[in-house]
Amino acid sequence: MANNAKLKKQGSEEIVISMNGVNKWFGSFHVLRDINLNVHKGERIIICGPSGSGKSTVIRCLNALEHHQGGDINILGVTLDNNVHNVETVRRDVGMVFQQFNLFPHLSILENCILAPTWVKKMPRAEAVDLAMSLLERVKIPEQAHKYPGQLSGGQQQRVAIARALCMQPEIMLFDEPTSALDPEMIKEVLDVMVGLAETGMTMICVTHEMGFARKVADRVIFMDEGQIIEQNEPEAFFSKPKSDRTKLFLSQVLSH
Amino acid sequence: MKTDHSTAYVRQEDAPLLPPPRNETGIIGWFNQNILSLINDFSGIGAAIRSVLMAVGTLAILYYSAHILWALIDFAIIEAVWSDPDELKRVVCTTEIAGGIQHNGWHGACWPLATAKMKFLIYGAYPAEELWRVNITGLVLIIGLVCLMFDRMPYRMHIGISMLTIFPVFAYIMLVGLGDWIGLPYVDTRDWGGVLVTLVVALTGIIASLPLGVVLALGRQSNMPAVRYLCTGFIEFWRGIPLITVLFMASVALPLFLPTGVTIDNLLRALIGVTLFASAYMAEVIRGGLQAIDKGQYEAADALGLGYWKSMRLIILPQALTYVIPGIVNTFIGLFKDTTLVAIIGLFDLLGAAQAAINDAGWSSPVQAITLYLLVATFYFICCFVMSRYSMRLERKLDRSNR
Repeated sequence: MANNAKLKKQGSEEIVISMNGVNKWFGSFHVLRDINLNVHKGERIIICGPSGSGKSTVIRCLNALEHHQGGDINILGVTLDNNVHNVETVRRDVGMVFQQFNLFPHLSILENCILAPTWVKKMPRAEAVDLAMSLLERVKIPEQAHKYPGQLSGGQQQRVAIARALCMQPEIMLFDEPTSALDPEMIKEVLDVMVGLAETGMTMICVTHEMGFARKVADRVIFMDEGQIIEQNEPEAFFSKPKSDRTKLFLSQVLSH
Repeated sequence: MKTDHSTAYVRQEDAPLLPPPRNETGIIGWFNQNILSLINDFSGIGAAIRSVLMAVGTLAILYYSAHILWALIDFAIIEAVWSDPDELKRVVCTTEIAGGIQHNGWHGACWPLATAKMKFLIYGAYPAEELWRVNITGLVLIIGLVCLMFDRMPYRMHIGISMLTIFPVFAYIMLVGLGDWIGLPYVDTRDWGGVLVTLVVALTGIIASLPLGVVLALGRQSNMPAVRYLCTGFIEFWRGIPLITVLFMASVALPLFLPTGVTIDNLLRALIGVTLFASAYMAEVIRGGLQAIDKGQYEAADALGLGYWKSMRLIILPQALTYVIPGIVNTFIGLFKDTTLVAIIGLFDLLGAAQAAINDAGWSSPVQAITLYLLVATFYFICCFVMSRYSMRLERKLDRSNR
């Protein structure tokens, strides 16, 4: 703990994400129960919790991959509702990285990266290529630009997925268990990229089970269970002095091995 | 070095990399694995019986395959009559006992018949002085298709788009005509026939049914109930009735519903019927491809802000269509052969023209029908086989995920 170089605490006063009394049901199953969350610009938030606790659903609501049924979600001043225009505005500014990478297998790495900038933001192709190459450089795989996703390892694919999301120059990045589908020896290369991204001051919300990563980069750790936010705190306090019994039980399970 | 597996062990030198055993590679290996291994197992009574049956079966299949192949070569080439210099017509292709010049017991193809009927088989009753129009259209089509087959062809994209947009208009003007004033007098479609009709019906159906099928498949998956029900209803309607019924309805029943004086060309009616029929099948093939796409692809496209039409066009359809190339080409091949059904509403497609030629008393002989059917079958086989091979090439080319 002591030898983990802790990043400087970030987060300005400006609120970029606010969730007020958000509720959601899958059929009759109440999957999100009264979620209230404000995220400041530049803040890095880790969401953890047992499987089925609704943590993925929370971040999928933030770019309207799932639609909430009660309460309000406001992203960068835009309220997410049934208005398609609002949804598309939010999605331009919110990047997302998935557990299964979800690269487009019929396009090369470079084409994966420049697709959205050229088609959604109408960026000139040459400019998009330059941007994509600089971001591929940042995730340390510029030499793979002309290969196809199927030719890359899982860790490389996930780094491409991060670069692809960054190519839209988003204000906020969402990570949905980005290392859960990776072989153990590839987790580090992806986490290193994410730490690097955190250092740039990007607003990040990350669902993960990587507690070491949480300690290192998080400004705030949120623990969810049964669709509710049970506890949230700064990582130091969260890991050393959890208050709720459910948090203690969860931490004892994930930290014991 | 002595190896003891029960205790700790460290390998000192790498085990050598060896070539595979000789009897598992090459022709000998193939024979061993595929033939010999099936017939030389005598380890028990059951295995022995199986081996013997397998050996007998293999020999029988070889014998009959060779027999059929030989009969075909014998009929079509060795015994066949190739020329009719004296214009004897039926006499040159009949045996002496039936009043001809061939020895009794002769049985071979009558190719002079095919030569004599060739023009009719290709153009039908298209006016002789206007045949150049069909030839030029066909030539442009062939040049265009050949250009599209080469990946490195310059302006390939432009050629492809022109073939789908300008060429149909060009073909219409050339084949139907604009009028005497420009030197392209109208040719009534009732005079069209043979390969011309077959290709017009098949190509129109193929080119029009693919985009229609895409639209119907997307519509069937739409979130909007009205669109979904409409598309589902359309697909189920056309899939639920036989093509012959469609053609009969178009040819016989449709005029009853039209106001007097309004007529729609018989060929056009067949074209519309065939196209709508094929597009329903196409839609279901493409829907299969859409369902094979991982949900994550839709989500990734959404998360990047692509929107419905862009994500369909750039992400979903390219993958879905690649998955179902075999199904799409299967539908094309089926459609190509189904065009023979237009003969029953009085259009003389290739098969219809061949039927008419078979009824020509001037060439009446026992081999008249077989010769022409053999010719027609060869034409269909070549066309379908080319499509099939091209689809396999396309599949390999587009299969990037497995490279």
